[in-house]
Amino acid sequence: MTAAELIRVLTLQDYNTRLVLCGTLLFGACGGVVGAFMLLRKKSLVGDVASHAALPGIGLAYLILEAIAPGSGKTPVWLLVGAAAGSAGGLVCAGLIQRIRLIKEDAALGIVLSVFFGMGIVLLSVIQSLPTGSSAGLSEFIFGKAAALTAADVLSIAIASMLILLICGLLFKELSLLCFDESYAAALGWPTRCLDLLLTSLVVAVTVIGMPSVGLLLVVAQLVIPPTSARFWTDRHGPLTIISGALGGLSSAIGILVSALVPRLAAGAVIVLAGAGIFIVSMLCGSRRGVIWRWMRHRQSRHHIGQLDLMRACFEILEGTVEHDGIFDPDHHHPAAHERDLTAIPVSYDQLRDARSWSDVRLREVLLAAQRDGSIRQDADGHYRLTVEGMRLARRATRNHRLWEMYLIHFAHTAPSRVDREADEIEHVLEPELVEQLESLLEQDRVRARVPVNPHG
Amino acid sequence: MSSEFLTQPSAWSSIDTWISVTGALAAMACALPGTWLLLRRQSLLGDALSHAVLPGIVIAYLGMSWMEDVGWLAAPVADAGLGRVAEGMSLVARRQIVLFVGAALSGVIAALLSEFIQRWGRVERSAALGVVFTSMFALGLLLIRLFADRAHLDPGCVLYGNLETTGFDTLAGTEIPRAAIVNGVMVLINGLLITVFYKELKLNTFDPELGAAQGLRPNWVSLVLMSITAATVVAAFESVGAILVIAMLIVPGATARLCSDRLGTMLVLSLVIAAAGAVMGHVFALTLPEMICSRIGFPQVKDASTAGMMAVTSFGGFLLAALVSPRHGIIRSWMDRARLSLRIAREDLLGKLYRRDETAATGTLAQTYSNGNGVGWFAWFARNSLIRQQLIQTGSQGDILTESGAAAARTLVRSHRLWELYMARHFELPDDHLHATAEQVEHFLGPELQAELAAELDQPTTDPHGKTIPVDN
Repeated sequence: MTAAELIRVLTLQDYNTRLVLCGTLLFGACGGVVGAFMLLRKKSLVGDVASHAALPGIGLAYLILEAIAPGSGKTPVWLLVGAAAGSAGGLVCAGLIQRIRLIKEDAALGIVLSVFFGMGIVLLSVIQSLPTGSSAGLSEFIFGKAAALTAADVLSIAIASMLILLICGLLFKELSLLCFDESYAAALGWPTRCLDLLLTSLVVAVTVIGMPSVGLLLVVAQLVIPPTSARFWTDRHGPLTIISGALGGLSSAIGILVSALVPRLAAGAVIVLAGAGIFIVSMLCGSRRGVIWRWMRHRQSRHHIGQLDLMRACFEILEGTVEHDGIFDPDHHHPAAHERDLTAIPVSYDQLRDARSWSDVRLREVLLAAQRDGSIRQDADGHYRLTVEGMRLARRATRNHRLWEMYLIHFAHTAPSRVDREADEIEHVLEPELVEQLESLLEQDRVRARVPVNPHG
Repeated sequence: MSSEFLTQPSAWSSIDTWISVTGALAAMACALPGTWLLLRRQSLLGDALSHAVLPGIVIAYLGMSWMEDVGWLAAPVADAGLGRVAEGMSLVARRQIVLFVGAALSGVIAALLSEFIQRWGRVERSAALGVVFTSMFALGLLLIRLFADRAHLDPGCVLYGNLETTGFDTLAGTEIPRAAIVNGVMVLINGLLITVFYKELKLNTFDPELGAAQGLRPNWVSLVLMSITAATVVAAFESVGAILVIAMLIVPGATARLCSDRLGTMLVLSLVIAAAGAVMGHVFALTLPEMICSRIGFPQVKDASTAGMMAVTSFGGFLLAALVSPRHGIIRSWMDRARLSLRIAREDLLGKLYRRDETAATGTLAQTYSNGNGVGWFAWFARNSLIRQQLIQTGSQGDILTESGAAAARTLVRSHRLWELYMARHFELPDDHLHATAEQVEHFLGPELQAELAAELDQPTTDPHGKTIPVDN
């Protein structure tokens, strides 16, 4: 492969590549948009049944055409009509089988998928033994042959895709509500059964327009992978649908270009694998649910919680020491002097370890992080001392904690034995405004004036 | 191979026998784990596995043929000749083990990946499965296309299997097809494992919480089931292809489920159904296409894909079971419903005659039997059956209750009025709301319940409307 060839393909100078790209791009976008609704309905695999059930429809259409006028069997339009009829028949059959009480949805889908495909194979083997027939033209529907798309094919795919996208756009609100809360939609008096039928028809339509390019075996991937990938980027349904459509189009484009560059790569499979690549990237880097972002957020909050826990542990140890020495000033008459005193008092590692139920590894990690943050320092004697900044943090953390404990005892009707645990977890999410409110509430209660003291004693 | 064997039994060759046997063994091997998957509502796991093992099989196959080319492994002997059965066996075993390891690896990778995606990506289960198995299937198809000339794998074979040519790939020196041995071994292994782990599987399937409480690790049970499913799928893969294997997994179990409510019976039945479906499938593949196609103008057609026909035949069996199964069949439930409707219609007619006699009203038959908007055909049918059983007699004055008819009518009206009274005592309902429910409940109060009601209501004599409650005979 020369650079010139590469540029030629990538800049779409090839008429055929342009044509094929256009067709598959639109199909990919449709698959993504319709798939987004199916993902929300948790019926991602209905598309799988629709596509496999299309095979007997295609075979039957071919046989009928041959019986009417020999040699006319491979008219693509009628074969696609047959495919749509087969899919619809398969889905109706799956619905009927599910009405048998003992057969659940998964089994009904599996039965229809495999048995209809079996019928298709029987028909294909029959067609193969006809004098006019080789199933070569038909097996393109199974494996897909994007490169063989003609201008007429692309035109009909484009029209069908536009129609599908238009319907999705016009009925966006209705279809969304159907997916989120079917019974609410029914209570509003919407024709949920008609909408459900419409959505299923859209799935069938997407399956059928994708068949010539991607093949019926893999067409379901375009309904499942793009919306699942898009889910990592957003929590909102509208953007989800758009991103899903875009990702579907993107994977189609990548697949077509790669298969145009490398000979013998089946475009359908490459499109699916491109989708898988996009999925992996989305899963790692997605801005809403991406693994990396979630991991970083998790680390951040772990760090934050660790620091607050450490500060509070230090403060409580110091408090104990000074109270024991009889110089603690509970009413904070001289806060400045008091604070200077506390920062001078050493805290040993063992004291810290006994203060809370943390492992050695965790405690060392937290201490190192605190030293980096400059809230604690380790002196030559091996003991730790809070810095002025650390003292400020420690006072605030302890104060928040105790205020929250008070709040839980007085207002939230929590059993006192559970207070400490819950307070531990919640003090880190307590907002400053709420703290102010609590302070003023509890300030009035003079009996509880000694806020910094832990009610558990 | 054609339908001639119907008239000339000799046309059924030994190859046909071996095809049927291989198909039957594959179907039986699949039916065992498939029934469990069905009961655990994990049928789609079979679907996912059968797709996901493809890249493993292809890679293992390519690796093996590469090693044979390089000379690291002894190449299979083209004509092993008589007396070298043992060597042939070891080659079969080696080949199968390599394929199995490849497929098992890719099955495990697929399971881990979908678990990982489900947990870390917080993706719904079926979507996670969908992403993984379509991607892996695509990878497998891509590899087949890329290396089509290196390995004798062709994409069609992956879908349709090569059951028809199975008779030509025999164990050296015998007529036994390799595939028959592989699938037969799978039947034995599956049977053995399911017998050994029967209790664990049962507990984990029907009451996983109880199982967990008794120290059974649910993950281990799933793992065992998944491994034997994967192994079975690989074994049957070559014969029937990736997609028809799903039919072999699910359909016999589903058919057996319709025929029996007992687990042991179900498992045995699924084996029988699987074998019967496979053998019938081959027979139909040889006969049906010719019969049908010659009628519609394609006399050239002689037979059709056996594997496909096996799937269709087993589905036919499923539909048959759904229709005529003695316990859950559609016909049975229709008959039950029809019988109940007839009983209700007959009792309603008796009640009407009783009330007519009570009020000494007269009128035509249509007036007597009318329920507001005429008399339906079903009511006339019910009347005929009453006349046949001599519960009523026809006369010039219209229909008259016979003695037994009057007794039945009294029981019914007694039920009706007792219920009305009961409703009036215990619920604050207006009088005109009592009749409608009593009209329905009257048909379902047996003698014991009637006596109990009467006792609770202190053996009443009149209903809330002031009518006499007839005394039971």
